Amino acid sequence: MRLWSVQTGKCLYRWEFPTAVKRVAFSEDDDQVVCITEQRMGHQGAVRIFSINRDDDGTNQSKEPTSMFHPVGSKATLCAFAHTPDLILMGHESGKVALFDAKTGDEVNSNERAHMDLVTDMQLSPDRSYFVTSSKDKTARLHETRTLMVMKTYSTETPLNSAAIALGKPYVLLGGGQDAMSVTTTSLRQGKFETRFWHKIFEEEVGRVKGHFGPINTSALSTLGSLLVTHLRRIVHSIAVSPKGDCFASGGEDGFVRVHHFDESYFRAKPYGDLEIAD
Amino acid sequence: MAPNGVNGVNGTHFEEDEEIDYSDIEAKYQVQYEEGFDNIIVVDGVPVIDKSKLDKLLVKIAKEFSRKGAAIKADDITVPWDAVTGKSKGYIFIEFKNANDAAFALSSMHGYPFDARHTFQINRFTDIERYASIEEAYIEPEQEEYKSKEHLRAWLGDPQGRDQYVTYRGDDVEMHWQGKPSQCEVAFSRTNWTDLYVSWSPLGTYLATLHRQGVQLWGGASWGKQQRFAHPMVKLIDFSPNENYVVTWSHDPILVPEGAQQGPQFFSPEDEGNNIAVWDARTGNLLRTFSTIYPDGEDTKKQLQWPALKWSADDKFVARVTPGQQISVYELPSMGLQGKKSIKIEGVVDFEWCPHGDKDREEADAEAKTATNGKTGKKPKENMLAYWTPEVANQPARVTLMNFPSRTILRQKNLFNVTECRLYWQNQGDFLCVKVDRHTKTKKSIFCNLEIFRVREKDFPVEVVELKDAVTDFSWEPKGERFALISSSDPNLGNPGPGITIKTDVSFYQLVRGKGDFKLLRTLSSRTSNTVRWSPRGRHVVLATIGSSSKSELEFWDLDFTSDDVGRREGPSKDEWGSGIQHLGTADHYAVTDAEWDPSGRYLATSASAWRHTLENGYAIWDFRGQELEKHILDRFKQFLWRPRPRSLLTKEQQRQIRRNLKEYSRAFDEEDAAEESNISAELIAQRKRLVDEWNAWRTTVQEEVVEERRRRGMKIDVDEEEESKEEIELWIDEVIEQTEEEVLE
Repeated sequence: MRLWSVQTGKCLYRWEFPTAVKRVAFSEDDDQVVCITEQRMGHQGAVRIFSINRDDDGTNQSKEPTSMFHPVGSKATLCAFAHTPDLILMGHESGKVALFDAKTGDEVNSNERAHMDLVTDMQLSPDRSYFVTSSKDKTARLHETRTLMVMKTYSTETPLNSAAIALGKPYVLLGGGQDAMSVTTTSLRQGKFETRFWHKIFEEEVGRVKGHFGPINTSALSTLGSLLVTHLRRIVHSIAVSPKGDCFASGGEDGFVRVHHFDESYFRAKPYGDLEIAD
Repeated sequence: MAPNGVNGVNGTHFEEDEEIDYSDIEAKYQVQYEEGFDNIIVVDGVPVIDKSKLDKLLVKIAKEFSRKGAAIKADDITVPWDAVTGKSKGYIFIEFKNANDAAFALSSMHGYPFDARHTFQINRFTDIERYASIEEAYIEPEQEEYKSKEHLRAWLGDPQGRDQYVTYRGDDVEMHWQGKPSQCEVAFSRTNWTDLYVSWSPLGTYLATLHRQGVQLWGGASWGKQQRFAHPMVKLIDFSPNENYVVTWSHDPILVPEGAQQGPQFFSPEDEGNNIAVWDARTGNLLRTFSTIYPDGEDTKKQLQWPALKWSADDKFVARVTPGQQISVYELPSMGLQGKKSIKIEGVVDFEWCPHGDKDREEADAEAKTATNGKTGKKPKENMLAYWTPEVANQPARVTLMNFPSRTILRQKNLFNVTECRLYWQNQGDFLCVKVDRHTKTKKSIFCNLEIFRVREKDFPVEVVELKDAVTDFSWEPKGERFALISSSDPNLGNPGPGITIKTDVSFYQLVRGKGDFKLLRTLSSRTSNTVRWSPRGRHVVLATIGSSSKSELEFWDLDFTSDDVGRREGPSKDEWGSGIQHLGTADHYAVTDAEWDPSGRYLATSASAWRHTLENGYAIWDFRGQELEKHILDRFKQFLWRPRPRSLLTKEQQRQIRRNLKEYSRAFDEEDAAEESNISAELIAQRKRLVDEWNAWRTTVQEEVVEERRRRGMKIDVDEEEESKEEIELWIDEVIEQTEEEVLE
């Protein structure tokens, strides 16, 4: 896991782990970062929380995590700080989403049947009170963070790799496609490599954006901080909506990251008439 | 002999150490079959003997049975004895290993002459039991209560005038209503309704499902069983035009097993070996069976022609061609060969019956009326058929029109350099187009002529349209005087390969009234369309690219765009020739395999069937302008079929009346639509408002919680401010690019 300075593009620090990092996430105030490592080669999957030292030039970071625990049960693949920094939100291969105590590693709350298959992506709303997950079970769902209750379900016909929440507009963005291994055997049209826009509340599809030649892998909501942590992954993958909500980026199996700017009409269009919808 | 049962059975030699005796274990775990008496038969007509001759007799009987293939031993025979006379009773019991062997022995030995005075009479033991216990007194069978059947055309009474279609997906068959968006609904569904596919009868009365055992017809509002035809392993089905008869075909020749059900509805031993069966749709009776005739010649292309039997439009005759020899016409309902002989035509390849138009039907009805009044009208109009023969020896190829049953030849036309002919009747029987594929002298290239017979006119005048290219598809406008054809000069034509899309031209022709020839209306060049689909009402036409992996375009055209529908019969003579053709819209249905208009000409359905490929299976419904109304992508989607409609019951006068008052009707419909639309949108808006309110209420509580939470954590609460405040920084940058100092000397 590496820590970068966004302004200068310099790598500030580097943490080494025995297995691959699956997911990293900043806390709301950028003071902490959580990462999850894969369960592989005899190493247990681990969640580590580091405090970021903002003094000096940022290269002086603590090597040891402030907290570390091993989640039990189905393999955890996704993590993020929940509505409070004391709780870590986790997504599991079984389709479970759960809240873990950041200090003790105890499972505080869980929804075993959040999805029927592997949870592929999880992104929180700006105030972290609700979040969207995407899954291989061809659905994306909106959950309340506190109770982990499913509030909305978006059903599509392809396995989904990614889901993001649009800002300023009541939409969620979904990306997916078929398995990477079958991409070369099917046509572009068949692949459904579009980014789909769904209405957050009415659970209806409102539009699509084409572009990729391969399935979209994940989408992430970037928090525009001064520091950026990345981890090395085999393939590029990401859809992100900018914090101002005026553009989004998607990364696909084809190795491209595409940045799409919304045009004027996106903001003006009110496909469902005048409705006051809270973010 | 091997020392143990295992070796004896297998007949193989094992190594010495492997030679283990399993027989005790086998005996222990022997599966005990259910004991019944099905394997016992009773043989009557056995000579009456005393005990001294028993062994000899049993050996003889066993030998006789074994000679016929029903192997028995003397031990299997039980002989009952008369205790008084000390002689046998003249019948014996034989026990077989299983019921099948017993049945075989029964069939092969029944009525077997044992000697001059004795003939075996064999019965199943169970049968004797059964008949012995039958009640002597005759009991009158109870009269079955009359059950009124459902109306088979109930769907036509739909108050909203909707059409139906059937879809077959996975194992589910679903019946849908198609109308305005709010009126579309599933009418009926059933899982595992069919084993192969479903098929409508031509007037939409019955739905046929195909099963291993045969065909089942369904109908009525609740889809009850109507009739069934026991044709095992049936693969193809065809109805006569008026739904009176059904033809079925199975690849497996008919086999009548022993003990099969008998009766007029079942095959009898005479039908064995045949493939095609003709049935009466109402009674379910089998009328006749045929064997399949494969076109001889190149055996590599041994392909079945279907429908194998062609029906005349009035269901009176059915005919089939024996290529190169004859056309055999059978009368109905007797299914006897008409006139006791086939029409011998040397070299005949194919034929078509002339369809009956609305005019013919009216005449026929009038005829029937006068006939019932006792007056003898003029002779009823005969059926007509057209056939063609290729060039044989020194004879030119020939197209012939023949009246039937009088068998008079009405018109013949000689053709030269013919490779192939296709016969296309216009659906009213007004015109016959013979598409003649002709070759040049060198036989290297193929071009096409259309020989168009005007059948309604005296002496059947023929008009020739010459084309330079090969024509791949031709179709008449239903009830119209126009036709569309697809021609292609693409060098890839004829050797289709993956990824090759053949460029085609689509042309429309129309009859010039008075002159009687067909003139080109318009050619649409460099398309990829390979299919023309006319609306059943005429006027609208869809050009589709079907079966291509890269192109899947649908083009919607209107041929009478400038003229109103009501007055279209006056023809476009006033306007510029061909100016009425207008492109209405283009649509795309990826990987489309089928396109079909609904019977009213309002909708077009396109489907991608899993029988052809597995890409994006499903179906879509478009309106006649090419606007998508519905699209469903369903994996394992197989079949889409509109339910055909019978001919209108309204008289010409009534139809004219409706057309005259069309404006009145349309106003009522418009009002209905408007009312409904406002109704729906109000409902939808209310529903959305409810959802938004719920969401907003939830957000408010959550936001409060968030604020509370943060306060507890001792964070500053400036959520709102943070979003609002925007810092504007004006930055002036002074950059010194170059500085030179010069000293100026004064």
